[in-house]
Amino acid sequence: MEPWEEQDGPEVVKRFMYVNRRAPYGTIYALECLEVVLIAAAFDQDVSVVFVDDGVYQLKKNQDTTAIGMKNFSKTYRALDDYDVEKIYVEKESLEKRGLTAGDLVIPVEVIAADKLREIMAQQDVVISS
Amino acid sequence: MSRMLHLINKSPFDRNALDSCLRLATAGSSVLLIEDGVYAAMRHAASAEAVIRAMNKLKFYVLGPDVAARGLTDVSLIDGIVVVDYAGFVDLVVEHDVAQSWL
Repeated sequence: MEPWEEQDGPEVVKRFMYVNRRAPYGTIYALECLEVVLIAAAFDQDVSVVFVDDGVYQLKKNQDTTAIGMKNFSKTYRALDDYDVEKIYVEKESLEKRGLTAGDLVIPVEVIAADKLREIMAQQDVVISS
Repeated sequence: MSRMLHLINKSPFDRNALDSCLRLATAGSSVLLIEDGVYAAMRHAASAEAVIRAMNKLKFYVLGPDVAARGLTDVSLIDGIVVVDYAGFVDLVVEHDVAQSWL
């Protein structure tokens, strides 16, 4: 059997968590992370996406980038559902500090407190933060 | 004494640029919030208290295109912060003697 051929036996599924901590347009991190998540989603792993700190701004509704000449990628978060990325968490404390609620966000998310997020984070095999 | 325009382009939750600016700016100066700095204009954010306190000695402006890009047109901004467009940005630079960017 050649190395590139698929092995028989159970598939190894790892838990991947992507942690978004940056606002959407001031740096390229938010857009790059979204692209990584969408690509990684093709590999049938257990994927969760988390928004904490300024990362919660990525999901703010009603973004209109016409006047700043940048791509508005906020609508692309809706594609996560099409890619079967269903575990989307937003930290409650980060939202509250910024005067936002789940109703301000562009997609349905699970708003969880830091205590709960800590538990979920501790269960991951791979954590990618940006 | 020169009139200074302070430019803040970082989120108040990510960097301490706004804090340092508010601590060191002379009364009568102006602060223009641009890029990620516009998040400091949100009335219901935890950062609002410090901005409101500083408004008795500083004049605050926020760049409209950056507000719109970040989806903040539907949230309350702090009363008294003036929204300007790119032409207004240029006017502010011209009206002040010195522009300081808090990078």
